[in-house]
Amino acid sequence: MRYKDYYAVMGVERDAPQDEIKRAYRKLARKYHPDVSSEPDAETRFKELGEAYEVLKDPEKRTAYDRLGADWKAGQDFRPPPDWNEGFEFHGGEFTGAASEDFSDFFDSLFGRDIPGGGFKRSARPSFHARGEDTYAKILIDLEDAYSGRSRAVKLEHTEIGSDGRPSVKKRTLNVRIPKGVRQGQHIRLAAQGSPGFGEGEPGDLYLEVEFRPHRYYRVEGKDVFIDLPVAPWEAALGATVKVTTPSGKVDLRIPPNSANGRKLRLKDRGIPAKQPGDLFVVLNIALPKADNEAAKAAYAEFGRAFEFEPRADIGM
Amino acid sequence: MTSRETKTTILTGTILEEEVVLSLGELCRASRLSAERVIEFAEEGVVEPIGGSPESWRFRGVNLRRIRCAQRLEEDLGVNTAGVALILDLLDEVEQLRARLGRIES
Repeated sequence: MRYKDYYAVMGVERDAPQDEIKRAYRKLARKYHPDVSSEPDAETRFKELGEAYEVLKDPEKRTAYDRLGADWKAGQDFRPPPDWNEGFEFHGGEFTGAASEDFSDFFDSLFGRDIPGGGFKRSARPSFHARGEDTYAKILIDLEDAYSGRSRAVKLEHTEIGSDGRPSVKKRTLNVRIPKGVRQGQHIRLAAQGSPGFGEGEPGDLYLEVEFRPHRYYRVEGKDVFIDLPVAPWEAALGATVKVTTPSGKVDLRIPPNSANGRKLRLKDRGIPAKQPGDLFVVLNIALPKADNEAAKAAYAEFGRAFEFEPRADIGM
Repeated sequence: MTSRETKTTILTGTILEEEVVLSLGELCRASRLSAERVIEFAEEGVVEPIGGSPESWRFRGVNLRRIRCAQRLEEDLGVNTAGVALILDLLDEVEQLRARLGRIES
């Protein structure tokens, strides 16, 4: 287990007053909130921030954390000293609840399940017949799945409270047909696959939030898909027909003569399929062969002599 | 049901944002909110019901996404309901502008 420096995560000094911690949290939360942030690592940063704030906003947890001492470094191997919270009275400071499952082992070891006052909030079990809760999970799928509508095995984990009142992790695998045309951020609703109902109540629904697995060549923006295609200088200059692998199969792409680097070629309706399908954009990326032998050097020299080319004329150099 | 059967059953889902229409009760269950709270969200424009009175309201699936995003923003950033409605509208606008920018640059 690694030590976490909550003060560093929040960018405040160890002696910062409570109101400064709150201001720092608000500021960073606006910056890294996954719903509004465009930072690539927003989700991870936001989780770390939530965990740090959970501890530092509560004077009792903060004092307990401070008692570990100031000599620890972030990432250092950590075991809580056996007596670190001895005789320390917690009043069960409020948990924000929602995100607490995501907190680190480090947090759990200090304030987790078995520590008095660190108890996680559990909703009381309804005694009558009641419909089960709707549940949510994120799934990673390949872009091609959204094109073909094929089915995929989806592995899910959820926490269940056993008869002894202790939480345990249950795993299950569902075979789900990915609806054709589904896009990043959309939800697939699976009726009656959520939490079981109580008594004779019906089970809730399961919502799967779709995320595309990052791909080496494809980028997705809404319904549109982008491919960066390396081309030789002569293909761009003279025009060519090249084979391109797209999520819906191979196509012969005609590159028009005199194409500049970065030119986007649009293949209409070959983006993510839907009633109004997206487009596929092939972005030309001119790759220069290396002049690493005599023949190549001679060819480049000949190339230069054939043009009166001033590449920096536009910028007056 | 044997485990063999569970493995071969293929579940077919629906895309919430495009195909699903929810009643007020269904939206409350899915967002774990009281009807009063959902009505408040509707008054501030966080969600947009179709139909006259709450009993006959229908919500397009995208409203569930908006309401869950609204809950997160309220909890995490301390924004009030009117502020959340504004943020959601601005986020939609940013998304549209980005899409337009992508088309212009092509």
